[in-house]
Amino acid sequence: MTRETFLNVILFAILPVTALAAFALDEPFIITLATKAAILALAGVGLNIALGLGGLVSFGHAAFFGLGGYAMGILASHAQSYTPLMETPFLIEGTKSMLVIWGVAIIAAALAALAIGALSLRTTGVYFIMITLAFGQMLYYFAISWPAYGGEDGLSIYIRNDFPGLNTLDPIQFFAIAFGVLAIVLFGAGRLAKAPFGLALSAARQNAERVETVGLTPFRIRLVAFVISGAVTGLAGALFADLNRFVSPTMFSWHTSGEIMIFVILGGVGRLFGPVAGAALFILLEHTLGGISEFWQVYLGLLLLGVVLFARGGLIGTIAGREVAHD
Amino acid sequence: MSLILLIEQVLNGLQFGVMLFLMAAGLTLIFGVMGLINLAHGSLYMVGAFAAAAVAGWTGSFALALVAALAAAAAAGALVELLVIRRLYDRDHLDQVLATFALILIFSEGTRWLFGSFPLFLDVPAALAGPVMLPGGILYPLYRLVIIGVGLLVALGLFWLIAKTRIGVQIRAGEADREMIAALGVDISKLYTLVFALGAALAGLAGALVGAIQSVQVGMGEPVLILAFVVIVIGGIGSIKGALVGSLLVGLTDTLGGVLLPPLLGIFMQASSATSVGSAVASMAIYILMVGVLLFKPSGLFGGT
Amino acid sequence: MTDPLLKLSDLNKSFGALKATDNVSLTLMPGEIHALIGPNGAGKSTLIKQVAGGLRSDSGTVEFAGRDVTPLGTVARARAGLGRTFQISSLAMEYTVLQNTVLGALGHDGAVMRFFRPVMKDRALVDRGMAALERVGLADQAAKRTADLSHGQRRLLEVAVALTLEPKVFLMDEPMAGLGASGSKRLTGFLDDLRAQAPILLVEHDMDAVFALADRISVLVYGQVIATGTADEIKRDAAVREAYLGAEDAA
Repeated sequence: MTRETFLNVILFAILPVTALAAFALDEPFIITLATKAAILALAGVGLNIALGLGGLVSFGHAAFFGLGGYAMGILASHAQSYTPLMETPFLIEGTKSMLVIWGVAIIAAALAALAIGALSLRTTGVYFIMITLAFGQMLYYFAISWPAYGGEDGLSIYIRNDFPGLNTLDPIQFFAIAFGVLAIVLFGAGRLAKAPFGLALSAARQNAERVETVGLTPFRIRLVAFVISGAVTGLAGALFADLNRFVSPTMFSWHTSGEIMIFVILGGVGRLFGPVAGAALFILLEHTLGGISEFWQVYLGLLLLGVVLFARGGLIGTIAGREVAHD
Repeated sequence: MSLILLIEQVLNGLQFGVMLFLMAAGLTLIFGVMGLINLAHGSLYMVGAFAAAAVAGWTGSFALALVAALAAAAAAGALVELLVIRRLYDRDHLDQVLATFALILIFSEGTRWLFGSFPLFLDVPAALAGPVMLPGGILYPLYRLVIIGVGLLVALGLFWLIAKTRIGVQIRAGEADREMIAALGVDISKLYTLVFALGAALAGLAGALVGAIQSVQVGMGEPVLILAFVVIVIGGIGSIKGALVGSLLVGLTDTLGGVLLPPLLGIFMQASSATSVGSAVASMAIYILMVGVLLFKPSGLFGGT
Repeated sequence: MTDPLLKLSDLNKSFGALKATDNVSLTLMPGEIHALIGPNGAGKSTLIKQVAGGLRSDSGTVEFAGRDVTPLGTVARARAGLGRTFQISSLAMEYTVLQNTVLGALGHDGAVMRFFRPVMKDRALVDRGMAALERVGLADQAAKRTADLSHGQRRLLEVAVALTLEPKVFLMDEPMAGLGASGSKRLTGFLDDLRAQAPILLVEHDMDAVFALADRISVLVYGQVIATGTADEIKRDAAVREAYLGAEDAA
């Protein structure tokens, strides 16, 4: 077992161990924190597919996170007020079923990623960063100025949505759901990285000319990666909204995009478990530093600056060595 | 809608546009010369506004407040360049984005620490307060006209600086080939610090000028920063001319879209839903403009290949 | 008389006032090695780019296997069967040597939208990648990171990746550069056999290799083909002597 694999096992175990310990000690708030870390890690795993594997520096992933959140908010708010979403040309009802909501969130985020990606991927480098940022911001302002679903104030959902066979209001059971989704997606993302698609995607990041010369189209490969990446982050958004039982335009804000990126970077770009490490560290910092000072983001900023300037492999890179494993 | 209202809104759009230009010019210059994407540019705007509000509070002088804004933003820019930014020139854009995002967190929370969370207010100086009568009987705030004038003057000054002066020659040479101008004996790191401080000063000036019509608060630079990015995408990275054209386009689109779209949609639908749909669409108008430009010119109106 | 596999007709390309490619026409017949030589700055690399699809010609046509491929880009021309190697190695440097050839095999199949089975456990792809490495003598380096290869080994890997594409035509831009005498000799022997598999349009500075290998040679000077012929014809050609040796010597 390599050092990174060993570290991955520990990282994978850290969230459920924390949650179970908190359950044993009857600390539901800690369980909720672990749940939050799992969900944010999921958003990071999504971004990491575009950023780590594909080298696509998207600063607009809040768009997909927010769409997932609003998919939950809109469907559940209609269900709780017993009003249909739409009556003509056909009837669409709201729902409290998590599984249905996830499906809608994934599809909505994937479609948005398809449109945003098709436009943004025509450009590269700094243009790509600025354009994805601008698209995220576009949805942010749209959410603020669209009055039907709460506008600036957002939407509250009174009761957490249903999952077959589980009581989602029980913190440990909801944690199990979030962590289960994270585990499945991590497995899928790990396979994807090693699959033919992952080989071509990562090759397009290293040398797009090479990929073209072997007869593959980098644009198409990147677009598919961007769609998958957006869909995963959208799913995380739906879970995040369910955790808080609240959605607001903040989910779309560019700070959210920045934070998702921070999870990936703190953990280590392109590492499968990087976002898990990064999100866990972020939550830990938020609640230790946040307890010390109201202005804890100053320290977060300094830490991030330090990681970027001096520890470029992130947490995993620093512990397991710079080289990303290739097998 | 009356013609007078329309002209007023066009002027508002222009005023907004020249403000964006002050931001976008610095950003595009820094990118063109150093190849650096600087998210913290909005923080320098905020630094300018806070410095102006603080100095105006102590001295009561708007002129001193403006000087303070320029000095504080330029100094903050130079300091940040020396401490952080110069380590980023050879890094990829991801590192630049993250490091400058970290700077935003530090600047924003640091300012909140110093000044608190409540907004400060900067008054329009008495000499510039109140409206003036424009030809055609339009009453328009003098201060906003002055902003338009200052913005256009700065634009002229920048064109002159880049076309006619020694520094301008070095800037243009630096855009073309970093190693070449270093080989010619220009102190490249001094040039970079200077360009960065210049860009910062422009952002600080914008912050101070706008501070007198809006409140001065933490985070005020961020919406402007993102609009400045949209401007650069439209105008083309590295082009001052593109920044000017893009700024005015974005300023006018944003202002006129908000005013014109709801009544325009009112022709097709009920007034109440036209207002809500109209304002929602108007909030996206500049992004739609950006997409339109992008479809036809992926590197912007005045961008290179 | 067989038809040429690759036929360039009246290709032009200007960069501002500079005519990099000036009315170039040439053909590549099945089974031959056609070498393209010329002094530095003659426009050889520009021409290769125009043939491979990376650079759009101002005018003229590129016909490949009887089909006009002028409007097609790099990807489509690669899919049609043009296998290119680069003058400056263009490889996925973080990958292992084997991963680079597997990428080539994957590109040849085009079945890239597969998301689940590990590619390096796909026997068919890996075997083809390995076979290509064996042919150029890099099999013992398969597990090495490409960035850690020597300059000459990267040249060979370029050729190996092109082999995995099973192209109808090879376009090789200075494959001998940086190989050293013995490496150069080995590759010369290899290319000699390779022409039976697919003809080669070869840009090369190593004149020993060119004269040993080429069935025909075209000399490019200031973007123009000033002579085409066998090695002996080229050696005797007055215009070529003038271009290479200067006016007095040719007299």
